[in-house]
Parts: sequence; C-alpha cells; structure tokens
Amino acid sequence: MTEPSLHIEEEDGATTLRLFGRLVTDRLAEVESDFANAQTTSKTLRIDLSDIEALDTGGAWLVADLVARLEAKGVEVEYSKASAAHLQLIDVVAAARPTEKGIEDPARGLLPWLSRLGEKTAGVGASVLSLMSFMGETLTVLVRTAVRPARWRPAALVTQMEEVGFNGIPIVVLMSFLIGIVLAFQGASQLRQFGAEIFVVDLIAISILRELGILLTAIIVAGRSGSAFTASIGSMKVREELDAMRTLGLDPMEVLVVPRVTALVIMLPILGFIANIAGLFGGALMSWVELGVSPGQFITRLQENTDVWHLAIGMIKAPIFAAIIGTVACWQAMQVRSSADSVGRHTTTSVVQSIFLVIAVDALFSVFFAELGL
Amino acid sequence: MNATNDTERTPVIQVRNLRNQFGSQVVHDQLDLDVWKGEVLGIVGGSGTGKSVLLRTIVGLNRPAAGSIHVLGADVLHGTRAERLETERRWGVAFQDGALFSSLTVLQNVMAPMREHLNLSHSLMKALGELKISLVGLPPFSCGKLPSELSGGMRKRAALARALALDPQIVFLDEPTAGLDPIGAAAYDDLIGELKRSLGLTVFMVTHDLDSLYAICDRIAVLAEKRVLVEGPIESMKDVDHPWVQEYFTGPRARAAQQSA
Repeated sequence: MTEPSLHIEEEDGATTLRLFGRLVTDRLAEVESDFANAQTTSKTLRIDLSDIEALDTGGAWLVADLVARLEAKGVEVEYSKASAAHLQLIDVVAAARPTEKGIEDPARGLLPWLSRLGEKTAGVGASVLSLMSFMGETLTVLVRTAVRPARWRPAALVTQMEEVGFNGIPIVVLMSFLIGIVLAFQGASQLRQFGAEIFVVDLIAISILRELGILLTAIIVAGRSGSAFTASIGSMKVREELDAMRTLGLDPMEVLVVPRVTALVIMLPILGFIANIAGLFGGALMSWVELGVSPGQFITRLQENTDVWHLAIGMIKAPIFAAIIGTVACWQAMQVRSSADSVGRHTTTSVVQSIFLVIAVDALFSVFFAELGL
Repeated sequence: MNATNDTERTPVIQVRNLRNQFGSQVVHDQLDLDVWKGEVLGIVGGSGTGKSVLLRTIVGLNRPAAGSIHVLGADVLHGTRAERLETERRWGVAFQDGALFSSLTVLQNVMAPMREHLNLSHSLMKALGELKISLVGLPPFSCGKLPSELSGGMRKRAALARALALDPQIVFLDEPTAGLDPIGAAAYDDLIGELKRSLGLTVFMVTHDLDSLYAICDRIAVLAEKRVLVEGPIESMKDVDHPWVQEYFTGPRARAAQQSA
C-alpha cells in the first residue's frame, strides 16, 4: 500500500521521471497536482515505471495525459523498464483518450439564466395551447364513444370508479368530518361573544355545502387519483405500451383516458356529497358538545335557514372540477418523455396544476354566482 | 492470467451450496460455482433456469435461502456494511437494458460512482469519465446525451462504461449482446476481450449469444436442474451427455457460430 509519487531526476542532460507506488484511481488525488505541474526543460524524457506496484486506467490516464502534453511541446518520451501489461494498458488508454472536447459544463451567469427564463415563459403559452387541444381531443373521443355503445368499456369504467371513488371514501369522510369540527369550534368561540351561538349552524352549513366540501374533496382527489393517473399512464408511455396499443388498433385516448375522466366525473359529485354529510355531522357533533346545540335543533335550523341552492351550487361545481383534474392528469401523462425522472416531474406538475386550476375555477364560480345573486 | 492452468488460478468468486427459492419454486439448489481470476465466464441455460437470479444473488441484490458466496475473499452475505461497500467498489455491473439513471447524462452516469466513492477533483473525474466512455467505443458527443436519446446498443456500452468507472476487478454483464445487431455484437465482444486483456478484468457474463461464447468466453457454465450442470471450455461441451446441452451446442446455430469463430 505504498503511496503513489513521482520524482524527476536530471542527470547527464537526460531527464528521468520515476513513478512509484500504487498508481490507481483510488489514490490519484495524491498525485494529481504533481502530474499537472510536471515540467521538463530537456528534449527527451524517460519514464521509469519499474517501481510501480499497481496501475489501472485512472493511473494510465494521468501518464498518457502527461505524455501527450509533453509531446505537444516537442519533448520525446520513451518508457523504460515497464512491464508488458503496464505498457499495453497505457497504449490502450492513450489510444482511447478523447482528443476533442466532449461537452462543456453548462454555462452560468446572467445571460444564460435570462435565456432559460425566456424559454420557460414561452413554454407556458405553448402548454396552455397543448392543454386546450388535449381537452378538445378528450371531448371529441368522449362524444364519439358515447354514441357507439359497442365501444363502451364498462369493466374499465367500473374499475376506475371503484379506485377513484369507493376507495377514496374513508379519507374524504375523515377530512370533511374534521373540517366540520374545526369550523364549529372556531365559529363557536367567535359567535359566543355575541350570544349568537345558533348561527353556527348557518356558518357550518353554508361554508361546507357551498364551498369547502366540494373544494377539499377535489383537492384530495387531485392528490390521490390525479397523481395516480399521471404516474400510471406516464409509466406506460415510458415502456412504449401506448405505442403498442396504437399498433394494435387501440386508441389510448379511448382505452385509458376516457374511462378515467368519466369515472372521475361520475364519482367526484358522489364523493363530494358524502363529504358534505360528513362535514355537517362533524359540525353538528361539535356544536352539541361545545355549544349545547342539540342535534334536533341543528337539523331544524338547517332545514329552515339553509337554502337548498347552497347544496346545488356546490354540487354543480363537482363534475367540472372532476373534468379538470382528469384531463390535466392525463394530459400531463402524455407529456412524459421516455425516462423515469420525467414521470415523477409530470406527476408533481399534474397535481399542482390541477389543484391550482380547481381553485381558480372555484373563484370564478364565486364571482359568477354572486353576480347571479344566488 | 492463464485461466485453464489449474495450479495458478485463484478464485475471485466462490459460490457454495447456494439455494434460491421464491415461494415454493426452487430456482437453485446445492449450486456450486467458481470464477477464476482473469477469465471470461459465460453462464448459459434455458429460460427460467435462474441465470439472472444467480448474477443478482452474487452481487447482493437477491438474498439466497441458503449457501455462501465469497467475492474477492470477502463474504458478501454476512460481512459488515463497510466490508460490503469495500467489495462493491471492486466490481461493476452492467444490467441488461443499461439501467442508466435517466435524469443524468451519460457522462454524469459514469461519474456518479466516482463522485460517491472517490475524492478526486471535478476536472479529473470528468477526464476519467470521458476516457471510460471513449474506451467502450462511444463517440465524444454522446457524453452530453441523456440515456433516452441513445440507441439500445449505445445504452449497453454506456452501462459498461459506468460499470468500469471505478476500475473494478470483476465485471458482471447481463445479456450484453442481446438486442444488438451482429456487427454491434461482434464489436462488443471484441471490446470485452480487449478490456479483459489490457485491464486484467474477470468477466462474469450471462449470455445466450453463441458467437460471444465462442469468441471470448474462456469457460462456460451451464445452469440446468437447479445447479451448475457442467462447466468447462466450450470445446468440451459437445461431449456432455445431457439433452439440453447437446441441443444447445450441436444445433445449427452453434455449428454456424463455431465456424465463424
């Protein structure tokens, strides 16, 4: 385990470079700078390899690189007392030494950064167009399939409905129940100051039925099912399964996208409704415990004071949110390029974009219904 | 370096009484195998005889039900974590479809093990990475390409470059020439032979390619009946009295490969 080292000896006008020790990749750090600084003033250099204990491609590269640099300066290099194996290795490495530069390290600085920023900005416009065209395509395929019952895929549809709907019930119920509790608790502490405890029913009912029930369900579904859509279809794209489908005369839009989007559009309103019930239940429970509003009072107040439109406005939004989540997820899946990394990136983008779009559309709806006076 | 000389050969891989099973399905039972220093060993066997499982077991990706495995003198099944890491640095594995990291360029892929294990300057690692890529016969422009932008054959070469990154003593290759055109496959065979001679590599190769077997393998091990049925130089295979071995090594494709070798 001798340390590698190099010595330059000048005698009788001839220069000898003597190498010692284990010149292997592991130990190169110790001699890298010595090799980089090695100079000679004479016209010929003899490299003595007799004291080398081990040599691998890394070490051979350092030798070959030094030789190439010196030869470029007109120095003649010869090897002495080298074993045949070492000489052969140095020859192989010298022959394989890339002469032209492979790639430059990526440019840094303000200009490249600005150029990347510009490219990204331009990319936003392109992706909006691409999403719109994908939505159009989905709609076309949906209509085309809908009018031909022979091409329906009930098995795929039911499987997806079970996956996105039925299997999602526990988490949606729990989340909504807890939101109901939080609303009742926070509302109670404020309303008690005015002696207006009973209004907590209106607070809970309107906020859950009109906004929170559906919105939070949509966000959970985007995280749960939207990401699953992107990841599964995206992985299929990486493995060329989509191409295989096309060659078999199957349209991935029809086989994969339509059942998923349809299942979401059917199941999200149902999930949202279940979330509404769970939220009201949580709110009623907390009102009873915290404010002494009995379940009977809660239900009476709910029936008398909460217009059914609040429920309807919530439910109207559900299929639209579902369509947004489904198409964004499948669209992102189609953008996957052939690498595992890209599946991950597009899955993240899918969830972020669909949640953002759902909230943006929800805000539009708020303004819209307010203008209608509902 | 003479693999057939019995007195001088030292085992770099020793597998004893290996047993692999998945559920009730036994893949290997009482399997013994030696790989000698500086040889190219070809593993052949029918589909489902556990060639890849054997490779994965030796490199520690699959835990056997019983048996012992020593690589370069170290017990890979029972050693400490530090010993395992030390051994892992001394072998390189090239998977069937490359298994390159898809988010990294080819050069970054080759540099990845160096970054992890070596304390070298960035410029030296880059130079060594470019050298490895050039050694396996890839053009310099491929350094900056992502794996998905390469053809299957180039990916296999890039995977070999990554396997060679730490200058290993043993290289494991899983079906290195599968899916390559005959010219590319022959070039790959030459490359392995060349690297074996110049770097003194030991090569453990799972293959179905009869041309490779004839061209570069010093020894063949046939997996059948859950163990290494026979091992020896390819010339001796025709004398083995076993239907599968007979069919494999005396069939029309084997005869053609033998003539061209």
